[in-house]
Amino acid sequence: MTTEPKNTPPLGRVIVITSGKGGVGKTTSSAAISAGLAKQGFKTVVIDFDVGLRNLDMTMGCERRVVFDFINVIQGDAKLKQALIKDKRVDTLSILPTSQTRDKDALTKDGVEKVLAELKTEFDYIICDSPAGIEHGAQMAMYFADEAVVVTNPEVSSVRDSDRVLGLLSSQTKRAETEGAEPIKAQVLITRYDSTRVENGEMMTVEDVLEILAVPLLGVVPESKAVLRASNVGTPVVLDGPSAAAQAYEDAVSRLIGTSVEMRILGERRAGLFKRLFGRAS
Amino acid sequence: MSLFNFARKKQPKSAQTAKNRLQILLAHERSGGGASETDYLPMLQRDIVAAIRKHVSIGDKDVEVRMERGDEMSSLEINIELPLTGAHKDK
Repeated sequence: MTTEPKNTPPLGRVIVITSGKGGVGKTTSSAAISAGLAKQGFKTVVIDFDVGLRNLDMTMGCERRVVFDFINVIQGDAKLKQALIKDKRVDTLSILPTSQTRDKDALTKDGVEKVLAELKTEFDYIICDSPAGIEHGAQMAMYFADEAVVVTNPEVSSVRDSDRVLGLLSSQTKRAETEGAEPIKAQVLITRYDSTRVENGEMMTVEDVLEILAVPLLGVVPESKAVLRASNVGTPVVLDGPSAAAQAYEDAVSRLIGTSVEMRILGERRAGLFKRLFGRAS
Repeated sequence: MSLFNFARKKQPKSAQTAKNRLQILLAHERSGGGASETDYLPMLQRDIVAAIRKHVSIGDKDVEVRMERGDEMSSLEINIELPLTGAHKDK
């Protein structure tokens, strides 16, 4: 079911998926969020900003189809249309892979701006999958963003790095540098949340994390076997059958587009109980 | 050690898929397919466009290069959109 009328001009909204710390689920989240948006009928493109360490292509399952990349487009070796890979499962979804051979300096601010400007004329959502760290690649991924999703695990170093990144979002970005511009809308996405461990006092609660970071919550993705499974087969988790993680990402996507969805914390073990209580609505 | 045995005993299907995908991809990347390949494609495309332009006038955007890498062989698919009027360039 596609909800959006096709004759409206594209929204052209740039959203960076970032975290500071590595391994918290940026690429998984980028894949799931972009696929979720596309499923709702929005024309969506997801860009890999991790120059030199291409991985989004594997997560999306299009690694065998990469011909040209983001850097080829920036350097004028290929047209944008030639580098975009159309997803075979959702026709509103495209992937812009990164280069594996160049270094991150190939990512120039002017080049990125130009590519984003061209994408904005065609896509509703442009998802920028940031590399880990706060170096050049991460800065380029966030610089032109309208919104940010800060992926955080309920774990001390991840929360600390998220706080750093939130600081950068409010100071080292185009919106921060432009006088009178609305600041980047930053939201936290908590991933790998384990309710059992939270109940046992072994893991920080959602409230704990939010109290420290003091930004709105986009969603809570439970620790789920479905995430590794989806990555094994190269499918965004929201396209890989029902799971607690997929449901959590779908909820987050709905919130991202402005639908209010009640915050619920799903868990692998609790899915059965949850389904019994609320029925199989989806 | 016991971990390996455990993994081998009941390897689920998706893990096997993951392994196969990696083996195919890494075979290409290690053989230099990764690095040199991405570098020759833009040049190949330029040459193709130049060759066709000798006869037909086409734009840079009219050429689409698609690739499908397999474990035995890879295929390169080149689609060239010819303009209706450009076919007879000779005055």
